[in-house]
Amino acid sequence: MSILKQPVVKPLIALLLMCLAMTFLSENFATSDNLFNVLRQTSVNLCISVGMTLVILTGGIDLSVGSVLALTGAIAAGLTRDGLELTGIDTFVGFTFWGGCFAALLLGALLGGFNGCLVTHFKVPAFVATLGTMTIARGLTLLYTGGFPITKLGHGFEVMGTGWFLGVPMPVWIAFAIILFFAFFMAKTRTGRYIYAIGGNEKASLLSGIRTGKVILLVYTLAGILSAEAGLLVTARLDSAQPNAGTGYELDAIAAVVIGGASLSGGKGSIWGTVVGALIIGVLNNGLVLLNVSPFWQQVIKGLVILLAVIMDRYSNRKS
Amino acid sequence: MNQPYLEARNITKRFPGVLALDRVNLRVVSGQVNALVGENGAGKSTLMNILSGVYPDYEGEVLVEGEVQHFQSVTDAQQKGIAIIHQELNVIPYLNVAENMFLGREPLNVFGLIDKRRMYREAKELLQRLHCEVDTHTPMVDLRVGQQQIVEIAKALSLKAKVLIMDEPTSSLSEGETILLFDLIRELKSQGVGIVYISHKMDEIKQLADYVTILRDGRFIKEIPMSETSIDEIVSMMVGRDKKDFFVKQPHKYGDIVLETRNICLKDAIHPDKNILTNINLHVRAGEVLGIYGLMGAGRTELFETLFGLFPHDTTGEVWMCGSKVTIRHPEDAVHCGMALIPEDRKIAGLVLGMNVGQNTTLASLAECLTIGLLDKRKEDKVAENFRQRLGIKSYSLEQLAGQLSGGNQQKIVLAKWLLTGPKVLFLDEPTRGIDILAKNEIYKLMDELAGQGMALIVVSSELPEIMAVSDRIITLREGEIGAEFSRDQFSEASILKDALPRE
Repeated sequence: MSILKQPVVKPLIALLLMCLAMTFLSENFATSDNLFNVLRQTSVNLCISVGMTLVILTGGIDLSVGSVLALTGAIAAGLTRDGLELTGIDTFVGFTFWGGCFAALLLGALLGGFNGCLVTHFKVPAFVATLGTMTIARGLTLLYTGGFPITKLGHGFEVMGTGWFLGVPMPVWIAFAIILFFAFFMAKTRTGRYIYAIGGNEKASLLSGIRTGKVILLVYTLAGILSAEAGLLVTARLDSAQPNAGTGYELDAIAAVVIGGASLSGGKGSIWGTVVGALIIGVLNNGLVLLNVSPFWQQVIKGLVILLAVIMDRYSNRKS
Repeated sequence: MNQPYLEARNITKRFPGVLALDRVNLRVVSGQVNALVGENGAGKSTLMNILSGVYPDYEGEVLVEGEVQHFQSVTDAQQKGIAIIHQELNVIPYLNVAENMFLGREPLNVFGLIDKRRMYREAKELLQRLHCEVDTHTPMVDLRVGQQQIVEIAKALSLKAKVLIMDEPTSSLSEGETILLFDLIRELKSQGVGIVYISHKMDEIKQLADYVTILRDGRFIKEIPMSETSIDEIVSMMVGRDKKDFFVKQPHKYGDIVLETRNICLKDAIHPDKNILTNINLHVRAGEVLGIYGLMGAGRTELFETLFGLFPHDTTGEVWMCGSKVTIRHPEDAVHCGMALIPEDRKIAGLVLGMNVGQNTTLASLAECLTIGLLDKRKEDKVAENFRQRLGIKSYSLEQLAGQLSGGNQQKIVLAKWLLTGPKVLFLDEPTRGIDILAKNEIYKLMDELAGQGMALIVVSSELPEIMAVSDRIITLREGEIGAEFSRDQFSEASILKDALPRE
């Protein structure tokens, strides 16, 4: 198969063209400060989108990622700063930064597992199941925070959110590690292959002896963990957990996956495609700001770009 | 032959890289049945798509009553009285009978709203013309396939069809429904409708056809009156060689019992007081091919799926493999026990069409393709390529998508996938459905070869000649229960069919 036929190439060319155009349109675009800024802003969406890619590959969808991000971010912030007061048994549990992060990731796994359980065990369509979880998690976030931000989180969050390592921002390292891990996971493990197979044809996969239910459960759990990681990044970057954090992030993640060449009916797509998709959205957001486009128009343009990407993908598929 | 109502002359159709039709002719005379035969890939569907207006660009001429036509759309063809009943029926499942019949051309009242009273009345009249008593308010999804087909025919008649093209209309009908359909076709003939009847089933063609048109590899071979030819001659024209090369089963020596079931029952998940399968006791030996013959709805597919662990909550009874009792709660358990299942519909249950040949081949045995726990592409390709060549899967490489291959090659991929797991017993559910005669023959030979190597095979088929050709022993399945057993010297179409028919 020639390189040009790899599905990731088309969005990659689009990304490069966008970067080229921005370099001419704005002298501030191609500076290292700005490019790192784009990467750092995109790292949150990258984490979520990687999880979303797995879910969409199985033919599902996860609308709860934004709320899970908010809840896990708030829990990490709250536990690390204030600890956990168990009033019933008169106990106080303090959390280190790492303990808080671990608790958040665990909670993400639980919420994701809850989604997966609804989908596999109770046969609730993924759209509805995750819509329910989305609302529940948002409500729990408001309950936990009382509607106020949790701020002043300390050194650990500061390093994770705004620190640098070897000249690259910390969130970018984290997103990069996640991407590498999952690209490897999808290409080299049996489970990765099964995820594609289940999205392509669930019944045939089941009849091939694959534990389809377990794989789907795992996929939603991973998506929950990755949303929690994104929650940590958002909280750390702002040094505060906002009760309304992550609102609408599921849409950016779905857009990144789709621009990256995935099919919403499952079985088709890739981690690298999604990475390029997320970067396209990141460059677009950044570029529109640099060009002083009004925020209202920014939304219109973003929507049009998503549609254009999908239409072009369909059109070129039909031709081949 | 009289003046044909519809005629296709020298039709040539090219797809990128493929010459699908090469100067093909077809004539349809009012009140007669022209059977169109040819192996899969012979160009039957392409020709029908041109005649019914699906493909507007082609070379050659289409004439209706002697006038050259150029159909740009299905609607154009319909207006000239040409209607097609596809193999896969085009019905909207949750709309009712009348709504389906008048879809897109609903009768309107003076307010521009649907005139329901007229729609239901006309739908009922049309169905009555076909002696069909279905309630026009029934959603299509609640009808049997045969009834759905009659609704589609009624719809075609309401469009004043002069030519009705039927593409494998009996492929999912029960015997009883087939008989009804044939009566209906004769009735339509007497009403002056010309029929193009596409089928692989030679006995149907023998019963129905006035003329036979034979295509092979996109070329027109011959049009001949049925009275002047024989099935053997037609088949040899289809494949371009004599029927003598066809499959003859070799007897093998049997070994020990591989699979035995004891009182397997499957409850109906929706009506728990009813059984879909009742007290199934069967066994198969190493090297033996056991045929199971049953009509549509007898529980054939359910039997395989039950043994394969698809309904653990509704299944009772015992399964023994090679003398020890096994517990199968999931297809994974079945695979571990050495079972393999070639499902009835490879597109729905056999293959991941969007994955390539290699990935489909290794899907059930990826454990063999690992190095330190990770997928090893080189190992995987080696294994898959080995089976691709052994089964003669025609694809340009392992990278070709399964969905792009012909039915026969797809079925071989499914077989390759399962042979790779090294099964002790192989279940084959309608293994040659919808594939051409050459590929069928290859699959029969492969089954025979596998039995010779000591594998136990259980085959389900709704085609009696097929199951009699491949089996050592046949049992019938009738409304979820095992009927009589026939050894090879007792095989006769009449007695097997009679035993499989439901009792009053």
